Amino acid sequence: MGLIRFDNFSFKYYGTEKLALNKVSLTIDRGEYVVITGPSGCGKTTLCRAINALIPQFHRGYIGGHVYVNGMDTREHGVSDFASLVGMVFQNPENQLVTLNVEKELAFGPENLGVEPVEIRRRIEEIIDLLDLKSLREKHPHEMSGGEQQRVAMAAALSLKPEILVADEPTSNLDPQSAEKILEIIAYLNKEKGMTVVLVEHRLDLVAKDATRVILMDKGQIVVDGPPREVLVKDICHEIGVGVPKAVEVYRELIERGIRLPGVPLTGQELATLVQEVAE
Amino acid sequence: MIILDNVHYSYDGIYTALRGVSLQIDAGELVAIMGNNGAGKTTLIKHFNGLLRPQKGHVFIKGQDTAKMSVAEISRIVGLVFQNPDHQLFLESCRKEVEFSLKSLGYPSNEITERCNTTLERLGLADLAERSPFTLSGGERKRVALASVLATGPQVLALDEPTIGQDARQKERLAEMLFEMNREGRTVIVVTHDIEFVINYFPRTIAMSDGRIIADGPTTSVLSNDDVIQKCSLTYPQMTQAVRALSEMFDGVSVRQTSVNDIVETIIKIVGGR
Repeated sequence: MGLIRFDNFSFKYYGTEKLALNKVSLTIDRGEYVVITGPSGCGKTTLCRAINALIPQFHRGYIGGHVYVNGMDTREHGVSDFASLVGMVFQNPENQLVTLNVEKELAFGPENLGVEPVEIRRRIEEIIDLLDLKSLREKHPHEMSGGEQQRVAMAAALSLKPEILVADEPTSNLDPQSAEKILEIIAYLNKEKGMTVVLVEHRLDLVAKDATRVILMDKGQIVVDGPPREVLVKDICHEIGVGVPKAVEVYRELIERGIRLPGVPLTGQELATLVQEVAE
Repeated sequence: MIILDNVHYSYDGIYTALRGVSLQIDAGELVAIMGNNGAGKTTLIKHFNGLLRPQKGHVFIKGQDTAKMSVAEISRIVGLVFQNPDHQLFLESCRKEVEFSLKSLGYPSNEITERCNTTLERLGLADLAERSPFTLSGGERKRVALASVLATGPQVLALDEPTIGQDARQKERLAEMLFEMNREGRTVIVVTHDIEFVINYFPRTIAMSDGRIIADGPTTSVLSNDDVIQKCSLTYPQMTQAVRALSEMFDGVSVRQTSVNDIVETIIKIVGGR
């Protein structure tokens, strides 16, 4: 019985004709770092919304099957029951920022869950420090750049101390160094604090190295599911238009040319190290 | 085509987004604007179509000072696509969204249908034409916003982060489409953090940091400058990281190569010559 379990789950948004998710079965255990990828419109965001019960509690539509999170059926429990369990970072940060400055934004979630004020104050400082938000402390979210908003949205989700972080392209608006920093923090919280991570991302060169598992979706279904080094070498990635890291492309091309590196590289550095092993 | 002369802009009088930006972009250029978060990139391109007017300095579009032009006049020349598609989509179907911008620029109805169909097709949206943009995914909505501007065929196209939420195939399609528009003589300006996209497709890069332009020139020289990479908060693409690592391990590896094919050849030379 995994922490998150999709049991033959289907969903069709009200007013649309196609199933956004089509009979998805999936189990995610505590402590996993799962990257979800696939062509735009394949159902990644819908899958995220189903984990924190926004589907079916907020987005209405046709439902088949069940989703259980920590044993709770999302059909039977309201969104608030999942609030402290699942921290969600939406694709569009503007949609989730509700207050007038960063401190209030970070306090908003814990306050609503009845966390002690002293503890809230402590968490705010901890997270402002962790995500380097000092310079934004007093700024109004709507005066922030897209990238700044995204960092604040991530901070607000983490201020709930969730067991599960669900993040839908959480670094899409960030410059590459800021994106790297956020992803390092997520990897740290996963490895050191045991936080379960479900992350949607197209840019696998950024996240594949941190993931324990990559799930490839297409047309509302899961088409491949496994460790990154096994999934990303498959032909299907090219067939459905998934951008695998360039290091993996080099690995595949080298096989065509008769050279098999002793492992699948996910980063430039890994590629160089593997070449060195072969050369020696 | 576009000239900025010492442009300053501040949103609230305290926080200064642009601190004296001067640049010239000629007709038919293909230009990338890169920079760290909060560098002023979005503020800059909002000056290209008159959404923002400089508080100090001047912006000239085709020789005319934007201070004396209306947004309606400027938007016939410059098409701007926002970072967040939800800021520009408001109609009940993708087709209507694209038709709206064509209608408002006064295209005849037969041309509206044709342009609309071609653009939706080219952006992989033909099957979604009758759907409401708000039932689409983030990446798809982004393409609808692009379509509504691309369809009008403006002389200058300014896109804010067009590759966000796009998978590899959609990115290629987008690049092809921008190329084609550029071959027709249109000026294409893109704000992006996607360094591989820029290296692959854009001959000129303008690098911004802290409200100023810190480098402007051929992409290969701007983006091989460590100082620019640091200030713009960029990271080198994987293949650059790989050749840099390889060049430390082996003699005779050139650090200038960036394509998968180049690296494959280099590796074959290294392991073949053992």
